Amino acid sequence: MSRTAPLHRQLGLTDGELDDIRSTLGRDPNPNELAMYAAMWSEHCSYKSSKVHLRTLPTEGPSVLVGPGQDAGAVDLGDGLAAVFKIESHSHPSAVEPYQGAATGVGGIVRDIISMGARPVALMDPLRFGPLADERNRWLLGGVVAGIGGYGNCIGVPTVGGEIGFAAPHSANPTVNVMCVGLAPADRLVTGGREVHEGALLVLFGAATGRDGIGGVSVLASRTLEEGAEERRPSVQIGDPFAEKLLVEASLELVERDLLEGLQDLGGAGITCAVSESAARAGMGAELDLDAVPLREPDLEPFEILTSESQERMLAIVDPERLDDVRAVCERWGLTTAVIGRLAEGGRLHVSADGATVAEIPARSLTEDAPVYTRPMTPPDESTDVLADDPTFAAVTTPVDEAFVALLRSPNVASKRWVWEQYDSIVQGGTVVAPGSDAALVRIEGTLKALALSTDGKGRFGALDPYLGAAHAVAEAARNVACTGATPLAITNCLNFGNPERPEVMWQFAQSVRGIADACRAFETPVTGGNVSFYNEAGVSAIWPTPVIGMLGLIEDYRLAVRGAFEGSGSWIYLLGETFAELGGSEFAEAVLGTVAGRPPALDLERERRLHGLLIEGARSDLFESAHDCAEGGIAVALAESAIAGRTGFAASLPGDVPAHVGLFSESASRAVVSVVPERANELEDTAEAMQVPWFRLGETGGPNVVFDGLFEMDVTEIADQYEGAIPELLAG
Amino acid sequence: MTDRPPRVGVVTFPGSLDDRDALRAVRFMGGEGVPLWHAERDLRGVDAVILPGGFSYGDYLRCGAIARFAPIMDEVREFAEAGGPVVGICNGFQILCEAGLLPGALIRNRQLRFVCRWVDVRVETSASPLTGEIVAGDVLRVPVKHGEGQFVASAADLERIEAERLVVFRYCSPDGSPSDEANPNGASNAIAGIRSEAGNVVGLMPHPEHAVDPDVGATGGQPMFASLLSIALARAA
Repeated sequence: MSRTAPLHRQLGLTDGELDDIRSTLGRDPNPNELAMYAAMWSEHCSYKSSKVHLRTLPTEGPSVLVGPGQDAGAVDLGDGLAAVFKIESHSHPSAVEPYQGAATGVGGIVRDIISMGARPVALMDPLRFGPLADERNRWLLGGVVAGIGGYGNCIGVPTVGGEIGFAAPHSANPTVNVMCVGLAPADRLVTGGREVHEGALLVLFGAATGRDGIGGVSVLASRTLEEGAEERRPSVQIGDPFAEKLLVEASLELVERDLLEGLQDLGGAGITCAVSESAARAGMGAELDLDAVPLREPDLEPFEILTSESQERMLAIVDPERLDDVRAVCERWGLTTAVIGRLAEGGRLHVSADGATVAEIPARSLTEDAPVYTRPMTPPDESTDVLADDPTFAAVTTPVDEAFVALLRSPNVASKRWVWEQYDSIVQGGTVVAPGSDAALVRIEGTLKALALSTDGKGRFGALDPYLGAAHAVAEAARNVACTGATPLAITNCLNFGNPERPEVMWQFAQSVRGIADACRAFETPVTGGNVSFYNEAGVSAIWPTPVIGMLGLIEDYRLAVRGAFEGSGSWIYLLGETFAELGGSEFAEAVLGTVAGRPPALDLERERRLHGLLIEGARSDLFESAHDCAEGGIAVALAESAIAGRTGFAASLPGDVPAHVGLFSESASRAVVSVVPERANELEDTAEAMQVPWFRLGETGGPNVVFDGLFEMDVTEIADQYEGAIPELLAG
Repeated sequence: MTDRPPRVGVVTFPGSLDDRDALRAVRFMGGEGVPLWHAERDLRGVDAVILPGGFSYGDYLRCGAIARFAPIMDEVREFAEAGGPVVGICNGFQILCEAGLLPGALIRNRQLRFVCRWVDVRVETSASPLTGEIVAGDVLRVPVKHGEGQFVASAADLERIEAERLVVFRYCSPDGSPSDEANPNGASNAIAGIRSEAGNVVGLMPHPEHAVDPDVGATGGQPMFASLLSIALARAA
């Protein structure tokens, strides 16, 4: 963008948007007002390109307490408890400065949760990078993981899981998403529906405001990264997790003592966003005095104070009579407070500095009047060719035992221990099932309930068929949750895409949203909110369309939770579901044949749902010794992972008359590998039949080897070494 | 003999993270957990004190370097000098070293990365508040989670620590044998925890408070808390 372009264009506003602003104000906006509109009408804040599609998502259900549109969604857990959760992306900042980009992503999502009055109890980090052969990708991975750990470990919220994928299209733009889950008494949720009074004070507390993160939403998050993106480093915020920890404790104490009328985090678009949203929700305006904002450096311009994205700040809406109490709580936690204004009748946001008016805008025009675009869409031309070239029917010369090891060593499949050992996964004492499993389980103190959490995206499937890829992501997330015995309740989604102004990207987006909507309807897991991250591309090379699903489930008694590991010998192993010849978009096709092509596996949502029902029912009756989702790498990898986790071998023969490599590595949907004691095998078979889930007895656990009858066998310790060693070896360069 | 359960105080500094977890572990093992606040000069009559894990004051400057100046630390020092049992876990261990109540220091892990994993430690002596009821040589499974947990000391100090048998816990293989692979941070002599010369102050990098409840993992912390409660009970009597 040329420096000599008109100011509104430099700030990311179009000429048409400027016209809208002029007609709202009845005059030309001044530079401060332009900066405010640019931030609030940015793609990141306004969802102007995605809104028409997001409206089609199912958002209601019996367990939904708070749906999309607030800082985070909330679902009812029974017993007066609510889970609050949301996922967000910090990909753009992480591409420019991986440590701080990822760290501040954690900080931001945690503040979203506390602004609802909930205590953060778990973090999950779904990540995607380019191949590790490239040194820059290794640097990005190392920096992002260190940033997530550096921040998350310091604030006492366990990072209990996530996922990591590697694919060339994510090289220029890594995908860095983070989900946070919190708990609160349902009747204490701080929602926009609270009664707020005219004259209530706007109290800013936490860190001082500086020049960092100016233009974060408009310049960095809402445009394509170009050459020289490093120059955007000043637009990346700097995190201070110690301040965040104090902010968490102070905010929760304020909520617990019922001292607030409202609570808002300061994230994208800073003070402008927090104040305008607070005022607009209350149907009011506000008086805002920038002279009262504590500054890190003295000479900030009004537009900088208004749009700074300095971290670790919150805005409380406080009855003047409660101000002293609020101040006392913040002081006890060593936090600065400042009354920066008050809510006022009339709907206008009036901003003053040095005694003069520097901006005067209808608050609602910032939050509600952003343009909504129905952007053109076209399916990409090459899609047909890619679909035709299906690897399911390719001639395969690699022996299946070699392919098996190649898959276990593929970074998409191999153990991510190197990553999750850098995260504190046990603080707060509730982690029943830790990282490295299908879903994490976090128990709820004082009850036998536990939350089951999974984040899933299906890169290749989405690249080949965005509709199917998105639906598969929801299905896999729900299956992962169901494998533990928990019932899937609701999702949050992070939609990572390229430039929405390109019709083929917009087509991918629309297809993906349709896929999520169909799957969520089928599973009765409504969408409670999420985040859209566009402009993930460099030049004309966009990331794969990557909707990431954050699934939240609930198990009533965590003592009945099912793990993935084979435990002990003599259990019978079953495949639940059916295997078809489906290698399109599979890990086998990419890791062994070197191709990303074909049609992704078919997905029958009703069949999938019946499998979830069986997994949940089986767990409830304590039927399973183990249960593990069958996904990347097919049955072979699923069996191997259960064997490695329990350091217990098995002997298995595969169903059907398909070629060995298809039977082993096909990624047909709606399957899980379970084990039961022989005495309960009949019960499993009967239940599966009653619930209309196909089953096949694969074999038996035990012994030091993994044995695929008639094909090959290997020592379980040896495959564990391959599985565990692959990523550390790649990172060693 | 008194009827009341032993009272174990847990100090919350700004940035303490495992303070609630330590209190929960004390309760789980049958004691009374007493929250203590860094800014107060009051130990509320507790029978033992835990300095919990976390990142007190953000670990800015150096881990534990600022926390040792907190008002409550004067009381903790006095309590320790009078023979009261004091346990520092992770960041608490770092604080005790910074405060001079324990020898040595904790520096960045050998691999320069944070590490969170379950480890095995061998108990080297029964003469500490955490091991009174444990036989030397026993192996306990507990988690570690730290970025700066590599125990170091000058050659002279290290020699003295070994000679005076101040090592309480050493990282080891599950069978108790020494192994470099089992050492999660490169600690000198695989030291995971040490005690003071008087024996009533102990610091360790592993987190026994996260290893008492079988529902969330192994239970190597149980005998440690049982030992602490037992010595606290004796003081309460």
